[in-house]
Amino acid sequence: MRLTALILTALCWLVPLPALAQEAARIVDENRAMIEKPSRQTIGPVIAALAGSGDPMADDILTAWADKRLVVRKADGAMFLAVAEGEGFALTALDGTPGGTAAKADVTELKPNAGVRGLIETALVQFTLSDPDPARRAEALTSIARDPTAEALAPLRASMQAEADPALKAQKERLERFLTLRFDPDPAARVAAIESLGADTALDVRGALNPLLATRRVAVSGTPDGNVARELIPGRDLTEVEAYELLVAGGLAPARLTLEEQRAALVANIDAGSVGGVPVAALDRQAARDRAYTALEASGAVPVAATDDEAAAALAAHRFYEVYAEAEPAVTEAAAAALARIDRKVGLMQAADLGLDALSLAAIYFLAAIGLAITFGVMGVINMAHGEFITIGAYTGFVVQLFVPDYTLSILIALPLAFAVTFGAGVAMERLVIRHLYKRPLETLLATFGISIALQQILKNVFGTQARPLTAPGWLDGALVFNDVVSISYIRIAIFVLALIFLGFFLWLMKRTRLGLEVRAVTQNPAMAASMGINPDRINMLTFGLGSGIAGIAGVAIGLYAKVTSEMGADYIVQSFMTVVVGGVGNVWGTLAGATMIGSLQKVIEFLNPANTLAAQTYMILFIILFIQFRPRGIIALRGRAAGD
Amino acid sequence: MGDGAGPRSDGKSKSFFAQNPSALIFIAFLAAFTLIVTLLSEAYGVGFLSTSFVKTLGKTLCLCLVALAMDLIWGYAGILSLGHMAFFALGGYMIGMWLMYARTEEIVVQALAQGGLPATPEEVSQGIATQIFGVVGSSDLPAIWAFAHSLPLQLLLALAVPGVLALVFGWLAFRSRVTGVYLSILTQAMTLALALYLFQNDSGLRGNNGLSGLQNLPGLGDASQDLVSVWFLWASALALGLGYLALAWVVSGKFGSVIRAIRDDEARVRFLGYAVETYKLFVFTLTAVIAALAGVLYYPQAGIINPAELAPIASIYLAVWVAIGGRGRLYGAVIGAAFVSLLSSLFTSGRLPDIPLGPVALNWVDWWLVILGLAFVAVTLLAPKGIGGLFDRFQHIRPPDRKGAALGPNDGALQEQEARE
Repeated sequence: MRLTALILTALCWLVPLPALAQEAARIVDENRAMIEKPSRQTIGPVIAALAGSGDPMADDILTAWADKRLVVRKADGAMFLAVAEGEGFALTALDGTPGGTAAKADVTELKPNAGVRGLIETALVQFTLSDPDPARRAEALTSIARDPTAEALAPLRASMQAEADPALKAQKERLERFLTLRFDPDPAARVAAIESLGADTALDVRGALNPLLATRRVAVSGTPDGNVARELIPGRDLTEVEAYELLVAGGLAPARLTLEEQRAALVANIDAGSVGGVPVAALDRQAARDRAYTALEASGAVPVAATDDEAAAALAAHRFYEVYAEAEPAVTEAAAAALARIDRKVGLMQAADLGLDALSLAAIYFLAAIGLAITFGVMGVINMAHGEFITIGAYTGFVVQLFVPDYTLSILIALPLAFAVTFGAGVAMERLVIRHLYKRPLETLLATFGISIALQQILKNVFGTQARPLTAPGWLDGALVFNDVVSISYIRIAIFVLALIFLGFFLWLMKRTRLGLEVRAVTQNPAMAASMGINPDRINMLTFGLGSGIAGIAGVAIGLYAKVTSEMGADYIVQSFMTVVVGGVGNVWGTLAGATMIGSLQKVIEFLNPANTLAAQTYMILFIILFIQFRPRGIIALRGRAAGD
Repeated sequence: MGDGAGPRSDGKSKSFFAQNPSALIFIAFLAAFTLIVTLLSEAYGVGFLSTSFVKTLGKTLCLCLVALAMDLIWGYAGILSLGHMAFFALGGYMIGMWLMYARTEEIVVQALAQGGLPATPEEVSQGIATQIFGVVGSSDLPAIWAFAHSLPLQLLLALAVPGVLALVFGWLAFRSRVTGVYLSILTQAMTLALALYLFQNDSGLRGNNGLSGLQNLPGLGDASQDLVSVWFLWASALALGLGYLALAWVVSGKFGSVIRAIRDDEARVRFLGYAVETYKLFVFTLTAVIAALAGVLYYPQAGIINPAELAPIASIYLAVWVAIGGRGRLYGAVIGAAFVSLLSSLFTSGRLPDIPLGPVALNWVDWWLVILGLAFVAVTLLAPKGIGGLFDRFQHIRPPDRKGAALGPNDGALQEQEARE
């Protein structure tokens, strides 16, 4: 039946049928008086008749009416659709034939009030919902979803059956459920709609359910009306001040006097050096002021205000409730249950998302720390300038991008170049400074501090204090989105992959190559290694260069998502040291474990206290200090002689 | 622990000065310096030195005091703490709380008195809280300000809070045998954690606004800054002199020998039966309290304190001063702190002319840190004794000439030249 109607309507659009084409004009004619002076109460049937006429002009007439473009020509009383044209209007007769033009003064515009316009627009919804243009239908759905009203429900349902586009049909069905659960008169239908949503975690589902659970607070002396969510106990669920404000708002108790008001009232009533019999000089205590105010109350000089005792009595005499705005308990229960289901599922997904975040942060810390782990763990040398090597790597990337405009190519050039630059810097530093300090670890720390201070200032002098961009290639833009909750940006995935590559590279280097063998030998016993024909000087130099070079590559990776400033490396240095210390010195798996632990810890603390990332870092460092108590040598500690003391 | 040095010094102050001639010389220098500055100041003398320069000198004396503490913990006990400037700033925060509270109280009481009624205590505290915390969007006085109304209590806190923090942190760290570079990094982490905590607005200490207006001493509304600056110079000089004597006494006795032994070979001292951890903990806490005392005197002269003062880099500069001055000798620390910090304020003041070098000009403000960093590397590499080493040269004290390569794998092994003799 509906299908036939739809086909008919569709045909109407294609081939205007003369019989129907007159229909709208006829209805308008018959109800002329009501249309010219419409009232919200009585106009309904007329609008419905127009909307249901099947006349292709009905849509235009209703639209024009709602837009105040329906005019009556004063000369003959004929009605037209008007479009502003120059000083006057271009007129169209109600059957769609052109009606010439008219000056503004020649016509009377019909101006329906807001209530009537609302009715018309609701009636129009069914036209747009059944519009042959899918884009307009989608538009209508979006506008209903943005501002859901009870009136939209019936037209939406009417248009669902005939919807041909499967995507739009699904969208309509979804919207129909959202409207049903809020506006359907039958509670059972609403509960069914809520339950049909299951544990859908989409934002719009939560957006549709949340208004059902909106509550307001009431204070009553007996039992409350309406759908009670819970009772509130003053002092536990709400503060006593809030509770008393509810009483005042409900007209159940007199307003309380603020200290400023009391002060003003007392000052206004100073009489010959005393207020209400209390001398002004004695009014430097609250009790004396209360006494003076009570005396003024008694004499009628000031309005009566609640004292603390009265306020307490009023609080005790009333009970406080949270009441749902929604009257139907079955609906609120179902909605609460559905939201709880959704929250559980969202919680699981947030945990998954947190896991991804933690992994990517761990990858960053791993990259920043592995170079340090090599120099600190393998050589026992603290390199405080490590952070500056990270910065140098990032600036190398910035400089490369100045000359190579293609981002993909520039990053591919920057990675090895950053390695080369920082490798050189590391080797130079080892040859010039650290070589002379191998037996004085504390002084290595200080000397590298000196280098760090100098390098940071040099970088600042050369590149300025403002942040420099290091732009990632276009294919790294955006994020891998699993659903509304779980997503991860491609840059972070790339950094994760880079960290994995370095883990593999480092393992291969240490376990499978001649250089790795020699490094391990020098680590364990330099003198014995030297007597076996290994040159410890050369090994130390290469190891230090390698550690610094990896810092440079980490700098490029970090620069891709953080701003490149001369202080960026310093931001990572403490975390990097913590990673190495927590993980355990001299073991790449330890660094990995340390980075994972610190990364996840930081993310978890940030999750628990999202407003405050500074506090998160504080708590993390405190945790690490305590952790060192229980595992002073880190998660993965070397055993035996290599551990030293 | 402290009594280890006690019996020596009973009634033997003569022998103490005979042992430590440098202490007498230092006190004489300090007294002469204070006298000269006073006579040249605007308040009590000819007005040759501006008030702000007198303040700079007073602050420098405080920095010398904290450098003394650093020298004791690092130069004598071998613990490179990167947290002592945190204790210094904590002391400053504690005294700053009283200064700010009392000063605001004066203003609030004055303002309320004009309202017709004498103010109630509630109104006053509410007014103070709004004045101080309005800037971080709060109007309640946090619990940690509970004692801020009282100078003696807050002074006690200024020494107790850093002291207890050092005690707890040191106990945790030394107990688990964290030594060497690990300990340095851990103290640096502690400093960073504290700084980050104070940077928050809800830390109760006004977030990154810090405490300000500390140069106005409450109760002395009519005393000009000219006078106050000289008073603080005297107080700082007194504290530095007493601190020097106290530390000279501490390091000259048996206690000093034990902590030096811990620095040189901790395991050996432990095997000799000394409670190494207790000694270290005592030194750590004592130096933290001295640092806090220096902070108490420093920040009223500086006038403002904010969390940036706690940044780890500040503690690193402290180590730089001591290293450049010459660690392991008390006067070295004082010389280093005075020399480097005065030089620093000279170079970063922007008053020195740029040096033209062809196309670019060498701007001292920009390049001072580079020079300092490289000078520091050079001192570490070439002159481990710092400026203090020059005094050895005058006294013809030479390090043993141990040329040649070591014959064994350990530190202190015979070296080629020695073996030949």
